[in-house]
Amino acid sequence: MIEMFDVWKTYPNGTNALKGINIRIEKGEFVYVVGPSGAGKSTFIKLMYREEKPTKGQIFLGGFNVSRIKERQIPMVRRSIGVVFQDFKLLPTLSVFENVAFAMEVIEASPKQIKPRVMDVLGLVKLKHKAKMLPSELSGGEQQRVALARALVNNPGIIIADEPTGNLDPETSWEIMKLFEEINQRGTTVVMATHNREIVNTMRKRVVAIEAGQIARDEQRGEYGYED
Amino acid sequence: MPATSREGNTVMKIRTLGRHAREGVKNLVRNGWMTFASISAVTITLLILGVFLILAMNVNFFAQNVEKQVEIRVFIDTLATKDNIASLEQNIKSIPKVASVQFIPKDEGLKQLRESMGEKAYLFEGMDKENPLPDAFVVKTKLPQETAAVASELKKLEFVSSINYGEGTVEKLFAATGAVRNVGIGFIIGLGFTAMFLIANTIKLTIVARRREIEIMKLVGATNWFIRWPFFVEGLLMGIMGALIPIVILIISYHYLVDAINGSLIASQMFQLLPLFPLVYQVALALLAIGAFIGIWGSLVSVRRFLRV
Repeated sequence: MIEMFDVWKTYPNGTNALKGINIRIEKGEFVYVVGPSGAGKSTFIKLMYREEKPTKGQIFLGGFNVSRIKERQIPMVRRSIGVVFQDFKLLPTLSVFENVAFAMEVIEASPKQIKPRVMDVLGLVKLKHKAKMLPSELSGGEQQRVALARALVNNPGIIIADEPTGNLDPETSWEIMKLFEEINQRGTTVVMATHNREIVNTMRKRVVAIEAGQIARDEQRGEYGYED
Repeated sequence: MPATSREGNTVMKIRTLGRHAREGVKNLVRNGWMTFASISAVTITLLILGVFLILAMNVNFFAQNVEKQVEIRVFIDTLATKDNIASLEQNIKSIPKVASVQFIPKDEGLKQLRESMGEKAYLFEGMDKENPLPDAFVVKTKLPQETAAVASELKKLEFVSSINYGEGTVEKLFAATGAVRNVGIGFIIGLGFTAMFLIANTIKLTIVARRREIEIMKLVGATNWFIRWPFFVEGLLMGIMGALIPIVILIISYHYLVDAINGSLIASQMFQLLPLFPLVYQVALALLAIGAFIGIWGSLVSVRRFLRV
């Protein structure tokens, strides 16, 4: 599903963010990416949805060679993955329904397909009853659920999440994590960068620790392993 | 499973086209104040541009009228017979740059001379009996600027005694009208560029406010053209709306100006304004085209910066 071979990333300012990453993530896996701030976690995540390009090495993702694709193929890669961010990235002027439908409009789905599918995923994140509200009228947890619904609406094989619980209180974080778990149970691969020690140590999954641009640890049912 | 086919990329669906148009219009309404600012920028610059355009076209018209007055008088040798004169006329007509040739018998020439002298016509009294003027041809060239060249050719012909076309004065006249034209063109090009940058800048402000929207569109897999189209529609509409107001203002005020000037005593053969039609059509079309072009150009240039995610 996702494979990286000797991936290096050097930013124009000379920072070596990643130094020779090799990893293989199978279809249907749930992977936590942990590590100190500035160790290369974000870069690792950004390489997967092609926000950044590797300086060296190969990245394969769902049939694409992400490290080699042309600029105009990037949208196609992005359509095969769903992304969730710490700051939700919802459009403030659009309703909950419209925010989710947006991701389907962009790939030119027909309105006939859009309506039932959006209501479906809103049902999955339990926000059907708030479909007409604006993001500003929702709590942080609810906003993140909308973002998750948007990431899911096009049925991607992979969900990539960059600190999805970073802005949420512990209780809400657990609600979101349960949703991720549910999505993973349905067969979607989940790759999640996180700083949340409690979650990693409780909901045991594969843990990949990145330190100083290299994979320091890669364990099934691993621990968070850092004192915050 | 929703459609994620690749064909949607190359052939734009009609539904998508409708969506882009709707989005473009919606964005205009949603960003009300920014839209107002952009349209105002277009309106003001196009109004100034339109005034200059009309001014320049009228100056050009005036220059043309002045130039048209230039003619060459070819005086015929008094010894020439009728046949000689007829063949001279043929020779003149065979010069490709010549537009028209008119024969002026000496009596007619004297009459014209008297008229041109106005009050001092009495000086020529008594000349009827012994007219000192020779017969003449009045020659007009196709291009007024070719007058001097044609004149020197005419000089070489048989039975031509002398030639008069206001040598010296004519050259100065053409230099003046040429300069006026160049200054006009320079002004219009300069104004056009100013308008373009002013409008592009205003539009850029509206787009910076929406970089987040573009960022999200890119993240969910929108193609660059999918993002551009609504901005294209928006720019086009802003350009056209911005052009309509100056067009209406210019038509109305020019209508009154033409009425006032062409009907008054200042107007003469030489000094006249261009008629309302087709001038206003030309100016309206030019302003619409310029408005649409800078609207689209400004939008697309500004959105380009944010497409490189």
